[in-house]
Amino acid sequence: MEKGKANIDYNDAVITIRGLEKSFGDFEVLRGIDIDLFQGENLVVLGRSGTGKSVLIKIISGLLRADKGSVNVLGCDMNTITEKELTELRVRIGFSFQNSALYDSMTVRKNLEFPLVRNKKGVSKSEIDSSVERVLDAVGLLQAINQMPSELSGGQRKRIGIARTLILNPEIMLYDEPTAGLDPITCIEINDLINEVQQNFHTSSIIITHDLTCAKSTGDRVAMLLDGQFQRIGSFEEVFNTNDDRVKPFFEYNFIQ
Amino acid sequence: MSTINKSPVPAAKKGPSLKTRLSNAFVTLYNINNFILRFFRQAFVPPFEFKEIMRQCYETGVRSFTLITFTGFVTGLIFTKQSRPSLLSFGAQSWLPSLVSIAIMRALAPLITALIAAGKVGSSIGAELGSMRVTEQIDAMEVSGTKPFKYLVCTRVLATTITIPILATYTGFIALLGGYLNVAVNEGTSYTTFWEQVFEPLTFVDFVASLAKAIVFGFTIGIVGCYQGYYSTKGTEGVGKAANGAVVTAMFLVFVEEILIVQIAGWFR
Repeated sequence: MEKGKANIDYNDAVITIRGLEKSFGDFEVLRGIDIDLFQGENLVVLGRSGTGKSVLIKIISGLLRADKGSVNVLGCDMNTITEKELTELRVRIGFSFQNSALYDSMTVRKNLEFPLVRNKKGVSKSEIDSSVERVLDAVGLLQAINQMPSELSGGQRKRIGIARTLILNPEIMLYDEPTAGLDPITCIEINDLINEVQQNFHTSSIIITHDLTCAKSTGDRVAMLLDGQFQRIGSFEEVFNTNDDRVKPFFEYNFIQ
Repeated sequence: MSTINKSPVPAAKKGPSLKTRLSNAFVTLYNINNFILRFFRQAFVPPFEFKEIMRQCYETGVRSFTLITFTGFVTGLIFTKQSRPSLLSFGAQSWLPSLVSIAIMRALAPLITALIAAGKVGSSIGAELGSMRVTEQIDAMEVSGTKPFKYLVCTRVLATTITIPILATYTGFIALLGGYLNVAVNEGTSYTTFWEQVFEPLTFVDFVASLAKAIVFGFTIGIVGCYQGYYSTKGTEGVGKAANGAVVTAMFLVFVEEILIVQIAGWFR
């Protein structure tokens, strides 16, 4: 499916990152990241494994703290945010994990109900049921409602993981390697789903990937992360049409693959 | 990795030097101390997770019932059988119910329950939370606005602290029944006489000390299992280590606490 035209407001940044640095011991992972995510935009962060892509979205979601620089998410400064504010902010951010991170001991229905029940007080049983069915329908897996995560395929687990984040109607979606480990057909389905989420749920998204097909079909902008910094930011074509020796091999290798 | 929700201070890499090992031991102690403080800060603050606590009580208590019953009964039976020859040599076999009751109520019941729970419940908690950690399920809870520490750790520690004293009391009763069976078969002692002799030597301090021990053991098993699992790393290998560490550490601490509480209880007798 071709990516539809996104309704992006380039005057309204939902995430603003300036001078972000993060190290683990002596290893500098992020070395001065500057980027904005605009309202309604799908921003793809491309880069090799171990370049700090996942670290970046973990900082945005408050799972990790930045060493230096500022990270502002939906008006909240992540350096000074309190635990209570962070909990409230997280309800507005959806995080789709690389391995889906579904709760093994719960059925699909319980997985989806869990964030809803715990964050929306006083919500009725019928409202919960309709929300669960709505998001399952959106990811095309209504029939899996009573299955356990162990009974699902990799692609289905990804879809349920996305559905679980959608149930809280997030304003921002963070996708960590959404197509990793999936067959090409399922990858295309997941890419389509990411675009549908952008259109139907009006989310702004950061998509972490090293899959060029995913980047091309989902990204409004692509940012190339190399050596702890964004080397190129722009449309897929702008980033791709370069003679930069640090960027070119990444694309060439992907095409050979 | 430092997380906003306080992760443990990383210990230095294992080295051969005694200094490094000592330093690591103190870092671990510091982290466990923080973990316990965090439990007390969160466990008694609303909203309370009653439903999850009840579910964990069921997992901890009811699912250990068969094993506890069998072990308790066999312990009482064997202990009585093995104690008889010694008392018989003094012609004091009539003291058997009293001896059995003192041994079981003061020491064996809470200790056996704790050791079984450390093996069964502690390892299960360590492995479950470890698995949740390495598959990012704990992170998933955190980013969805749920406090995983309160939901996963506080509920499990409270459940073990509540159920292990109940199980220990039950173990004591079942072990005494095992003892009664042996005494009844060999000495023909009546049920009433046996129970009169069982309660005769026991004091209030014995019951309080036994209960206090079981509460401390329950808390220890819960907190150690949760600590090992919650901060598990290194994938599936880490899950195995968490389960193993939960059992070994909990058993070691249970014996240390046993010695300390016996000493303290001795001052009140």
